[in-house]
Amino acid sequence: MPKNPVEALCLNAITKRFGELIANDAVSFSVMKGEVVALLGENGAGKTTLMNILFGQYTADSGTVAVFGETLPPGNSRAALDAGVGMVHQHFTLADNLTVQENITLGARSLFSPHLDRAASRAKIIELSEKFHLVVSPDADVGSLTVGERQRVEILKALYRDVQILILDEPTAVLTPQETDDLFATLRLAIAKGLSIIFISHKLHEVMAIADRVIVLRHGKMTGGARTKDTDKRALAAMMMGVEATPPQVAPVNPGAVLFELQNVTTPDFGNVPGLKSVSLALKAGQIIGLAGVSGNGQAAVADIVGGLHNPSAGRVVLNGNTIQKWSPREAVQNGIARIPEDRHKTGTIADFDLTENAILERYNTDAFSKGGWLNWRRSRAFADSIIDKYDVRCPGADTPIRLLSGGNMQKLILGRVLEADPQIILANQPVRGLDIGAVNYVHSQLLAARDGGAAVLLISEDLDEVMALSDVIHVIADGRLSPEFSRGQMTPAQLGFWMAGQGFETSVAHAS
Amino acid sequence: MRLEPIKNPSLARSLLPPASALGVTVVIASLLAMVAGANPFSVFGLILEGAFGSKFAILETLNRATPLIFTGLAVAVAFRAKFWNIGAEAQLYAGALMTVLLGTGFLPWPGVVILPTLALFSILAGATLLLVPALLKTRFGVDEVVTTLLFNFIFLLFISMLLEGPLKDPMGMGWPKSARLIPEARLPRLVEGLRLHWGFALAILSAIAVWIVQTRSTLGYEMRAVGLNKQAAAFAGIPVNIVLVKTALLSGGLAALAGFSEVAGLKGSLTLDLSPGFGYTGIIVAMLALLHPLGVIVAALFVAGIFVGADSMSRAADVPTYLADIMLATALLLMVLAIMLTRFRVVRD
Repeated sequence: MPKNPVEALCLNAITKRFGELIANDAVSFSVMKGEVVALLGENGAGKTTLMNILFGQYTADSGTVAVFGETLPPGNSRAALDAGVGMVHQHFTLADNLTVQENITLGARSLFSPHLDRAASRAKIIELSEKFHLVVSPDADVGSLTVGERQRVEILKALYRDVQILILDEPTAVLTPQETDDLFATLRLAIAKGLSIIFISHKLHEVMAIADRVIVLRHGKMTGGARTKDTDKRALAAMMMGVEATPPQVAPVNPGAVLFELQNVTTPDFGNVPGLKSVSLALKAGQIIGLAGVSGNGQAAVADIVGGLHNPSAGRVVLNGNTIQKWSPREAVQNGIARIPEDRHKTGTIADFDLTENAILERYNTDAFSKGGWLNWRRSRAFADSIIDKYDVRCPGADTPIRLLSGGNMQKLILGRVLEADPQIILANQPVRGLDIGAVNYVHSQLLAARDGGAAVLLISEDLDEVMALSDVIHVIADGRLSPEFSRGQMTPAQLGFWMAGQGFETSVAHAS
Repeated sequence: MRLEPIKNPSLARSLLPPASALGVTVVIASLLAMVAGANPFSVFGLILEGAFGSKFAILETLNRATPLIFTGLAVAVAFRAKFWNIGAEAQLYAGALMTVLLGTGFLPWPGVVILPTLALFSILAGATLLLVPALLKTRFGVDEVVTTLLFNFIFLLFISMLLEGPLKDPMGMGWPKSARLIPEARLPRLVEGLRLHWGFALAILSAIAVWIVQTRSTLGYEMRAVGLNKQAAAFAGIPVNIVLVKTALLSGGLAALAGFSEVAGLKGSLTLDLSPGFGYTGIIVAMLALLHPLGVIVAALFVAGIFVGADSMSRAADVPTYLADIMLATALLLMVLAIMLTRFRVVRD
C-alpha cells in the first residue's frame, strides 16, 4: 500500500430493489489505488447486481459511483469503461473464430477509424503479456485456447484498454489450483504497477490469499468488512452465512449392491470440452459418490450418459446387472434414475409452463398422468400440489408460471418431481449452485435422506467443499479421465487439487485401470 | 431507453396494448384514406358496411374467412412448436390439387363417401409436402423458413405446369384451369339458398379440435414444451424431432384443407388464382390471434372483413383496395409491438 492512498473507486450507499427483493441495501465501500478488495458472498448475495450498477447495466435506486473522485452518470455503460474500469466476466466474452490479437483490439478503437495499426497493437500486446506474465500467443485462434489461456486473453483485453481498476468475477471457478496460483502472480504484478483490483469470489481461502481487504455481502447488505490480516476464514464464513458454518454431519453407512455402472466408457471430444477416456464408475446403493473437478473436464459427459442424453461411443452402461443397448432420457426415467440437471432454468424446467406442467414433464406420458394420449389434468394438478406441500415450494399456486419462482423453490419442485418416483439412482449435477444457504441445506438433507433410504447418489459439483462434506467416496475428473476412488477423509483438498490439475494420472495408470 | 421485463403483467397491461394497436391502425388508415381523397369517416363506415352491412356481405366475409381459418390454424399450430412453416400457400395448393385429381370423375362415389375421402387425401397431400422440410430440418438442420418459403414457388410453378398440360380442361376454351369437380364432390351449402358452404363449419370444427388437442392431449403438451424450451423438453425425454415432424404433418394437413374447401366448396375447379395469398395471410391471422386456435377464428373474420369491406369501399369511395393490404400490414406490425409491450415496459434512463 502506498503511503498516501488515493481513492480509486467509491461506491456510496448503493440501493437497488427488484420488486420485493432488495438486491443491494445501502452498500458503501471504496477501493484504494494499488489495493485488492475481495467482494465475498454467497450466490444471490447481490455481488453481480452491484457490478452491473457500477457498469451502468442497472440504474441504482439511490447512491452514487465515483471513479478517482468523478461521479459516474447512472445507467451509462460506457462511462465506467471510459473512466478506466475493466471487468473480466465469469463467462468469457470472446469470439472463438478470431485471433487473440483481434479479440483484444476488438472494440478498443472506433469502428470508423480508417486503418488498424496492427503492428503497434501487436507490440503493445506482447509488451503487456511480458510485463504481467500472461503467456499467450497473439496469433493463436481463441477457439483453440484452454480455459486458463482464455482468461489471460480477457485480462489482457482489459489491460490493453489501460484500466486502472480491474474487476474479476469468480475468476478461479474455471481454474485448477495451480492455474489459480499463476493468476495470483499476475494480479500481484498488476497491484505493484498501481492497479486496483476487485476480486469477486465465494472461496474463502483464495480471498485470504490475495486480498488486502474483504467486503462481505449477505442478502444485499454489507455484513462486514475486514483487513485480511486481522481476520480468518471462520470469521468470514460467519459474516457470509450469518451463522458459523457447520458441515453436515454424515453418518457412515455400509454400501450395498452396484446399481449402475459405467464400464470403460468413452465419448468423443466436443469442441474444447474433452470427451471421456475409458471411464469406469460404479454407483452403489446407500452411497453418495462425489465427482470433483474443474468445470469442463468431462462432468457434462458423465451426466449426459447417466441421464440418458447420450450413448457412449465405446464401453458399456450397466443397469442392475443388465447392459443397456439403447439409452435415452425416457429410458433413464423409466428405469428409476432421478435426474437433477445442472441448469435448472434451461434444462430442468420450462419457464413459461406452470408448476403442474413442469411437475409432470418427465412422466406426462405414463399411466399416472395420461391415458390414450389424453392428459389427466386433475391428477397432474394433485401431483403438483403434493410436491408443493411436501417439499415446501413457496409459490402462489400450482398454476403459477415457474419462471416467477426463486431458484431455490424451482429446485425444490425438481427435487419433488424426481424423488416422488422413489428412485434408486440419483444424478445430482451441481444441485445447489446459486441457491441460498437455507435451500442448500434442504437439498443436501434430501440427498442424504435418499442415500440413507438405500439410493445410489452421484453428486457432481465444482465446489470441492460440497463434494468433501457429502460424499462417501470421491472421484476426481480431469481432462475426461477419472481418478481412482478415494474414501471419505482420505484426501486433503490440496491432494484432490493435484488430481484436478490432471496430475497423478500418469503415475497411477496401472492402479486406475 | 431500454426494455425491462414485467414479471406478472396485469390484465390492463395484457389487453390495452393490443386494443390500442387496432385503434392506431384505424388512425393511420384514415390518414391514408384522406390522402387518397376520401372522407376517412365514411371510408370506415363503408368498410364496415361492405363487410358486415348486409346478409350478402356477411356471407361473403364468412366465405373469405374460411380458408384463412385453415391457414391461420396451420401457422398457429406450427409456430406454437417454433416450427416456422411459411409454406401454407403450397400446402393449400397441394390440397386443392388432390381434390381435383380425385374429384373430377376418378372416384365416382356418392357425396357422403367421396367428400371425406377427398378431405382425407388433401390432408395427406399437404402433410406429405411439409414432411420434406420437416425431415430436412430434423435430420440435417436445414432451416425450414427457407425450404417452406421456396416450396411455395416451386409448387405453384408445378401447378402451373399441370394446368397448362395434363390437367388442362379440354372444355376450358384454352384457359389454364382444371376440369370441374363432379357434382357429388362439391361441398353442399350449409343452408339452402345461402352462399355459405360446409367448409366454414369444417373450419370452425377444426379450430375447436386443434384447441382441444393443444390443451388436453399429450401431443399438444409436447408441442408446447418443444416450442417453449427445446432443451428442457429433450432432457425430460420428449422426442423433440418426432414432435416436430408430427407438428409439421398437422400443420400441412390443416393448410391443405383450405385448398380442399376452396375448390370443393366455392370454385369447383383448380386455377392458379385459387388463393390470393391465403397461405401468407394465414401468418398474419395466426399472429393477430396470438397463436390461439380459437383466436384464429376471430382474427380470420377480422382480416376477411377488412378485405371484403375494402373491396366494396373502394368501389363506392374510389379509394384503391390496396388500403386493405396497408391496414393489415399496419395492424400486424403494431400487434407485434403490442405483444411485446404486454411483457416489457420501456424504461427511460
